[in-house]
Amino acid sequence: MELLLQQVMAGLANGAIYACMALAVVMIYQAIDHLNFAQGEMAMFSTFIAWQLMAWGLPYWVAFMLAVVASFAAGVLIDRVLFRPVQKAPILSQVVAFIALFSILNSSAGQIWDYTVKSFPTPFGHKPMFGSTLIDTHEAAMIGVTLGMLALLYLFFRGTRLGLAMRAAAANPESARLVGIRVGWMTALGWGMAAAIGAVAGMLIAPIVFLEPNMMLGVLLYGFAGAVLGGLTSPAGAVAGGFAVGIIENLAGTFIPYVGRELKLTIALIVIVIVLMFRPTGMFGRRVVSRV
Amino acid sequence: MLLEVSGLDAFYGQNQALYGVGFSVDEGQVRTLLGANGAGKTTVLRAICGMVRVGGAVRFDGRQIAGWATEDVVRLGVAHVPEGRGTFLRLSVEENLQLGAMTRRDKTAIAADIEQVYANFPRLRERRSQQAGTLSGGEQQMLAVGRALMLRPRLLLLDEPSFGLAPLIVEELFAILRRINAETGVAMLIVEQNAALALELAEHAYLLETGRVVMDAPAAVVGADESIRRAYLGY
Amino acid sequence: MTSVRDEPVAVAAARPAAGTRWAPAMRHWVIAAAVAAALVLPLATSSFVTFQITEVIIYGLAILGLNLLTGFNGQFSLGHSAFYGIGAYTTAILMHNYDVAYYWTVPAAGGVCFVVGFLFGLPALRLQNLYLALATFALANAMPQILKFHALEGWTGGVQGLVVDQPDPPDFLSMLSGDQWLYYFTLAVALVLFAVAANLIRSRTGRAIMAIRDNPIAAAAMGINTSLYKTLTFGVSALFTGVAGALGALAVAFVAPDSFTIFLSISLLVGLVIGGVGSIPGCFIGGLFVLYVPNIANSVSTGLAGAIYGIILLLVIFVMPAGAAGFARLAAVRLGRLRRRDIA
Repeated sequence: MELLLQQVMAGLANGAIYACMALAVVMIYQAIDHLNFAQGEMAMFSTFIAWQLMAWGLPYWVAFMLAVVASFAAGVLIDRVLFRPVQKAPILSQVVAFIALFSILNSSAGQIWDYTVKSFPTPFGHKPMFGSTLIDTHEAAMIGVTLGMLALLYLFFRGTRLGLAMRAAAANPESARLVGIRVGWMTALGWGMAAAIGAVAGMLIAPIVFLEPNMMLGVLLYGFAGAVLGGLTSPAGAVAGGFAVGIIENLAGTFIPYVGRELKLTIALIVIVIVLMFRPTGMFGRRVVSRV
Repeated sequence: MLLEVSGLDAFYGQNQALYGVGFSVDEGQVRTLLGANGAGKTTVLRAICGMVRVGGAVRFDGRQIAGWATEDVVRLGVAHVPEGRGTFLRLSVEENLQLGAMTRRDKTAIAADIEQVYANFPRLRERRSQQAGTLSGGEQQMLAVGRALMLRPRLLLLDEPSFGLAPLIVEELFAILRRINAETGVAMLIVEQNAALALELAEHAYLLETGRVVMDAPAAVVGADESIRRAYLGY
Repeated sequence: MTSVRDEPVAVAAARPAAGTRWAPAMRHWVIAAAVAAALVLPLATSSFVTFQITEVIIYGLAILGLNLLTGFNGQFSLGHSAFYGIGAYTTAILMHNYDVAYYWTVPAAGGVCFVVGFLFGLPALRLQNLYLALATFALANAMPQILKFHALEGWTGGVQGLVVDQPDPPDFLSMLSGDQWLYYFTLAVALVLFAVAANLIRSRTGRAIMAIRDNPIAAAAMGINTSLYKTLTFGVSALFTGVAGALGALAVAFVAPDSFTIFLSISLLVGLVIGGVGSIPGCFIGGLFVLYVPNIANSVSTGLAGAIYGIILLLVIFVMPAGAAGFARLAAVRLGRLRRRDIA
């Protein structure tokens, strides 16, 4: 029993990473109705920028802020330059555009900063939390920051006019235009916000997994899985899904025989797929009844 | 002249749907666009709102707006209740109404207008926090009209408001439209298949057939002419 | 914008507009010419180019498999690298462990993959779009890990993989080199399968499959057994890609777990889109792209190969959002209009 509890805690700590990523994923999904496969690479690139700024002597929080702002701007730019031209193209073509973005970012990061692993600082330290070695101060802070961002987003979307406009633009772009909303700007805003959240996620994750161009590959997948598990309509669901994925992955690794590191991901995905088969819209997703 | 359309062509891709259409609507007037299915009535409304590719002239308040983006046309004071109503199904009734006022800044007046919508459509008040997708067809239509009114439009475009509604609800809706036109002076262009009802409400009618205006006359004249009614309006 | 939410929605709609298809006679001439050119090719070029075209054909066939499932039936799959891998390993294991002749392994690979694909198609019935993507991703991800699994090492050769003997030409064709024979063998198999696919698409079954893609509810209402067709399509799609994998194993003469990762699935998807979703001839264009463009990117700059590849990909998508087939269609329409204007 105690082992179970320990592994759940450890899973929660890992899960905070995935929850953060899942949040960024759902953010962009709500804005543009698509999953952005390059989300992880964007986050990775933002983290490298922060690292570079610190390497040039800027203090942590200044670098943090600048990286977030720069990511927001980059997100808007990517929307305008990359996404806009393929907006009317079939979905699969858009997917390929995302794949292209992924490739560009991954390769450029490797070229600029090479593939040697770098350490990334954290302002929260790595001291054990609650006296236990299972979860340290940084991981606890990660959970806190993720939940904090979630709360801010909730307030933004439910409580402000702009948030309402964004939700409308994503839900029904044509109707949104009919009430005068500039749907193009709303989409760009969504991209910017997703990029900024991704930057925060990357900077929280890097101290744990260490900074290198491929650091986000697994994380993004788990983030997707978490977002999908939670039901893509709900940021809170995405966060919950991310935590759940962390726990599932850890428990699978601990309790299922034959599962070494390699098969952990597969097992986690299989569990998620099974859940989806019984609840096709995810744990918290809402069914949409479509009229024929 | 509030809205003046002349020589309007419209295209869906390579296919031309409207040929040299011309009509006008002045401040406070209620006019109707009639015709069979596929005549191009919906296309006319979409053309005004920049939702299809057009050629020719569309003038609002003297300004040429053909080719303008939908959002910009809306911001001039044109509210369009589209085919299918365009309700934000997953948002609440109240949120839908708030969205109608998205381009306005006067918070107190917006709140007052929402109350006015509820006064006109009491059923909506009961359901204000409900998800819009759970409303009945009639209620969704009322919500759509209410949302359009939140813009405080100068021109209201209605695409088949009677579609899929029970006759009693339709009568109720049209009575409310008459009252709103009388009280606020908003001009209306109504596209309808239910010609009888539309001709009662409107003072002037245009008849569309395969993308061309084939008749342009006061509503009373169109309603009285039996051969027209039988040939084009089905009654 | 098409939504990828929980509503059943067509993944891609790529139907050729009526009147832009060439007249049947014209089409037969073009195909005949293409086949003739293909037959002559190895005799006119170097061994290396012949080998590369062999690979293009193999990729084209693999993409055709994906096309059947995603392009024609609307089921999104990121898992086709698994089927390719299963086909490849079937060939390798049969030849390496059981001394089966290479030409029998190809239909065997097809059969195995059909069964696996069909079985995977069953749970896939409950998953739409995005969720199916995730499930197929899991499949693709699992494949290398399963192949490396130590309990199966006796068969799969573990991390090192298995060596496959290159097929020798039959005695009556002994003037051909190994590469040339491989090319002809691959070409023959591919032609047969492409003909099967083309006929399938044009048949009633094909129309049912496409109807399911375009409007599953209406298709079911018309009495089409959507579940049966969807799982069968999954099986057939896996069969095609599996056969491509088997041919691939023969060509490369080697199979190893890390050759069949998710990146292969992504390459196939890219090839599908570039060639044109729902277009059979487009598969070859896709194959060309998958083989040559990464090499081109690499030769421009090794360090930035990925970035160059990405940029090329973007440019192609911007210019041809519906793939090469879509572009060709558009060009045909424009030309048609120009010609009509000249006549008018």
